[in-house]
Amino acid sequence: MRPEQQGVEVAVLVSVGRHPITGRARRADQDARGLELALGLERQLPGSRVSLLHAGPRGEESEAALRGYLGMGLETLTLLEQAEGADAIPALAEHLAAAPPQLVITGARAERGEGSGLLPYALAERLGWPLVNGLAAVERVENGVATLLQALPRGQRRRLKVRLPAIVSVDGAAPVARQSAFGPARRAELEATPVAAEPDRELAQWQLAPARKRPKRLKVIKAASARDRFKAAAAKAEGGGGQVLADVTPAQGAEAILKLLREEGVLPR
Amino acid sequence: MLETLLPILIFSALGVAVIGAWRRVRLWRQGRPSAVPLLKGLAAMPRRYLVDLHHVVGRDKVMSNTHVATAGGFVAAAVLMTLVHGLGLANPWLGGLLLLASATMFVGSLFVARRRRNPPARLSRGPWMRLPRSLMAFSLGVFAITLPAVGILPAGFGHWLLGLLLAAVVAWGLAEMVVGMTWGGPMKHAFAGALHLAFHRRPERFSTKAGGEGRSTGLKALDLEDPSAPLGVETPADFTWNQLLGFDACVQCGRCEAVCPAFAAGQPLNPKKLIQDMVVGMAGGSDAHYAGSPHPSQGLGGKPVGEHHGTPHGPIVAREGKALVDAETLWSCTTCRACVEECPMMIEHVDAIVDMRRFLTLERGETPNKAPEVLDNLIATDNPGGFAPGARMHWAADLDLPLIADLQQVDVLLWLGDGAFDMRNQRTLRALVKVLRAAGVDFAVLGNEERDSGDVARRLGDEATFQSLARRNIATLAQYRFQHIVTCDPHSFHVLGNEYGELGGHYRVYHHSTYIAELYESGRLAFRPWKGGSVTYHDPCYLGRYNGEYEAPRNVLRALGIQVSEMERSGFRSRCCGGGGGAPITDIPGKRRIPDMRMNDVEATGASLVAVGCPQCTAMLEGVVDAGAEVRDIAELVADALVARPAVGAFDATRRPQAEEVI
Repeated sequence: MRPEQQGVEVAVLVSVGRHPITGRARRADQDARGLELALGLERQLPGSRVSLLHAGPRGEESEAALRGYLGMGLETLTLLEQAEGADAIPALAEHLAAAPPQLVITGARAERGEGSGLLPYALAERLGWPLVNGLAAVERVENGVATLLQALPRGQRRRLKVRLPAIVSVDGAAPVARQSAFGPARRAELEATPVAAEPDRELAQWQLAPARKRPKRLKVIKAASARDRFKAAAAKAEGGGGQVLADVTPAQGAEAILKLLREEGVLPR
Repeated sequence: MLETLLPILIFSALGVAVIGAWRRVRLWRQGRPSAVPLLKGLAAMPRRYLVDLHHVVGRDKVMSNTHVATAGGFVAAAVLMTLVHGLGLANPWLGGLLLLASATMFVGSLFVARRRRNPPARLSRGPWMRLPRSLMAFSLGVFAITLPAVGILPAGFGHWLLGLLLAAVVAWGLAEMVVGMTWGGPMKHAFAGALHLAFHRRPERFSTKAGGEGRSTGLKALDLEDPSAPLGVETPADFTWNQLLGFDACVQCGRCEAVCPAFAAGQPLNPKKLIQDMVVGMAGGSDAHYAGSPHPSQGLGGKPVGEHHGTPHGPIVAREGKALVDAETLWSCTTCRACVEECPMMIEHVDAIVDMRRFLTLERGETPNKAPEVLDNLIATDNPGGFAPGARMHWAADLDLPLIADLQQVDVLLWLGDGAFDMRNQRTLRALVKVLRAAGVDFAVLGNEERDSGDVARRLGDEATFQSLARRNIATLAQYRFQHIVTCDPHSFHVLGNEYGELGGHYRVYHHSTYIAELYESGRLAFRPWKGGSVTYHDPCYLGRYNGEYEAPRNVLRALGIQVSEMERSGFRSRCCGGGGGAPITDIPGKRRIPDMRMNDVEATGASLVAVGCPQCTAMLEGVVDAGAEVRDIAELVADALVARPAVGAFDATRRPQAEEVI
């Protein structure tokens, strides 16, 4: 007997993006890919329901950006209205816990604000759900277990089975988002619910400055023949040093990481 | 016996025709409302027919004379027949005129028959093949029954069987010519066409007695303020009623098909078929009865005729499977307007295509291939390439171009267009700057304040992005004072000049070729004689057909001492380069590339250089592999030929540097 494929409840967390060149608000690329994945799932599993969730302030610019997601073919977006600078994580966690969907999809990293990429982890921790990052595809959902395809570097894929509910985050490996259409975007509704704003105290203490372009490390290729040059171009970027820690206690591992961060100057010595 | 039979035949034919007319009108009225002055239109109709329509038909002299004889003879014969045989006014004068009219019509129908013996591929067959016989039946029948009425033959001549036979022939003629006119035979074009001329959606395109040339090529704006206003056309009934009427007027002469660059390239578009598909949709049914050549991809592993079907309120483009037309058909169009220019029935194909594209883009978000990326770029960076808006003036870093923001007031605002980001077009722009400086023109640029004109967004159906760009450009332009705008991009020229008006921006815009021609005529430019080889000129669609400017570029070339060896298709018949309407972005595959065909046209003249006046044309024609001719913009040719001009006063030489070498 074939296991039954049922529809799933999917919540897609979307943020207000920022165009890399002009800085204009837009639908964030990774979040839009997440929504595309969800819409593909809706097609693949009849009976699935996709909902959109955003926590943040409501403004003209952000509304236009959020409508960019709605133009992909949804009728409503739930807006957890918060003051500027409020922490989105408690609001989202509370909302998700109140009516838990089976799958939460989010972009790996926001395009504005902290952009630390920690939100999916923080949410997973609060909700106690499993998290899969770098999702490429959802292959099957059967009896509350999803078979996922995770994207690894260099085009590799890993198949995972995850018990739902779960959080998955997508990056550039997920399918490209469909075009956002003006008509549906204009008609769709933003269902705003004010939530208690918990100010993000840590963020308030930060100093924000425009990012500098990071210098690229040049690969020095000493190759005599075309074959060597090709091999060098196609080769895996390999760090020279590094060490493999196996069978160590968490404390030893943490110690090793801390030591590396100090060496690299990420943390003060 | 005929005396009693004829009035019955004539009036029952007229009666049935009236019922048919009412049914036909109901089909058109399914469309959306569109306000046109009805009485004024009807009053203008004879002039529109005799002047504007015949101006197009007259391009083919034989067919034009054939039509004059056949149609003129028929109209006169039909009116006189109703008087003489219907109402029994057996006046010998009227009878004589009726004989003359029916004889003229018969002569015309002989030419129609000759044309139909071996018809070119562009003509539809099917019911159209019987038309010459029907015309002959009508004209001969009417001629014969009128002979006794004028006393040439005695009344009661011949056997009653002969009378019955004549009555049958007349009945056949009446059925085709009068009943068929409103019930959907080939003669439908006369009824629908006459009303289409009267109630045309673009009354401005017709000439006027006052001598107006009549041109209306700007797309009509969508109402985006009203959230309930529809965005484009989803179903046949979403067209305005007079657009539906226009589709119904098609005579299936296939002139559009013969000039369509997409059709010639083997892309899935045949303008004639598209219009017939709209008629099929309006009436409901399938395209199985279509008797013309299908679009090139049909029958070639593509879809044969008869698989597409539609209803007035059903979708034109299906989300999945087939409906009336496939989306690729709509995206194949380069909006070059060659079909509209050639259409003797004044049908507006491009309007219809853009209307349907608007729905696909704005409601479905189904703009194909690279188009979504281009539209996103336009939204986020105000240029289709996604370049940083602050980099717009990088090409002119060494030119010290005056910014209008610094001057506030100039004679000429130089509109750069998105070609400012394109390395090829930057050469043209530098040449144009050199020419303007040589002529001592007081000009400035918007610099980084300029945005894309919105042309591509609009042709791709994204009216929202077009209007957003247009409104912001209009607001920017409103801050400054200038006499006119000069641009080397015919697309910007057209949009700024013809399409911003509806949104509140009214400007006098010159294409650089027009402006250079004026500068030369006023003696502000002098050229050394041309020493190169033979040259041909490619008319950009958006300069020529859209704006009627065929002469100025040729005048400039003449002033340079160049004798243009014209291509077979030039002027209003110029073949598109393939770069308009977002076609290079949507990139629908065909069997050939449109620019390759155009470059073949160039090579057929033996010219070693083709002069162009459009960044799109330059890009498309230069993209042709192994081309035999060089592609140069008119501005470049002018800049190369500049010599110190004879002393001219009246310009401020100290204000900015004199002509300097910029290339």
